[in-house]
Amino acid sequence: MPSQSSVQSMMRAIAATRQIEIGCDECFEQLDRFVDLKIAGENVEEALPLVWQHLERCNDCREEFELLLSMLEAAAP
Amino acid sequence: MSERSNLEWCEILAPPPDNAAITDLRIILVRGLRYGLTERDVTEADLEDFVQDALLKILRELASFRGEARFTTWAQKVAVRVALSELRRKRWRDVSLQDLLTRQADSDFTPAVLTDPTPNPEQKAVQGIMMDKIQYIIAEELTERQRQAMMAVMQGGMPLEEVAVRMGTNRNALYKLLHDARKRLQKRMMGEGLSPDEILAMFDEA
Repeated sequence: MPSQSSVQSMMRAIAATRQIEIGCDECFEQLDRFVDLKIAGENVEEALPLVWQHLERCNDCREEFELLLSMLEAAAP
Repeated sequence: MSERSNLEWCEILAPPPDNAAITDLRIILVRGLRYGLTERDVTEADLEDFVQDALLKILRELASFRGEARFTTWAQKVAVRVALSELRRKRWRDVSLQDLLTRQADSDFTPAVLTDPTPNPEQKAVQGIMMDKIQYIIAEELTERQRQAMMAVMQGGMPLEEVAVRMGTNRNALYKLLHDARKRLQKRMMGEGLSPDEILAMFDEA
């Protein structure tokens, strides 16, 4: 049985659901490019919208994105 | 350490890989992960293990590097996946899916809104009816696997990767299973004139 907070998470997820979404594998394939574009100051939401949307929905992939971004930003000149 | 182009990295790491290039790459990966994982409970030995596994994976999968990003970004992406997969595995190793789902079923089910002494009784009743309705829709629309996965991820907070292992699948397939579940619920709710945003607002008002 869902708790109230999980119903709220579920409603947010359902509201954000699109017919076409990429999976974790496709997101991972493009994650390095996504992060390089982000560091270069590009509008990643426009450049790679499906990756951006996936990162909004998938906690595992978002965690990987955030860690990779922090590592690269720290190393940036 | 010299800056190498993507092509140079690929050539120098192709079999047989150049030891100096591997040393350089190891330094980059250790430095990156050490910084990125500062807040976590990670030892130097863990870092060495992550980097060693990542290096092997990088060499094995070198041909899959498409050159659309910097090579070092791609390599660090591989290292991030290796490290976080291992950290997730350790964090959740003693939790079975059954335990997680049973714990949830036994715990709270009474929604906070129903036990909160302050809300207005009429609103409370409407929220209770909506919870029943949502439960009914979930039971009707989703398969047992979809329900289990959704509860483990959304209520139990277990990473997809760990739920996938326990369900005998992989993370990508599990994401697709959950995407299909969300689409089914969305369609059914739309058919019944239920808006997720309105339901959210209804609970946020509590």
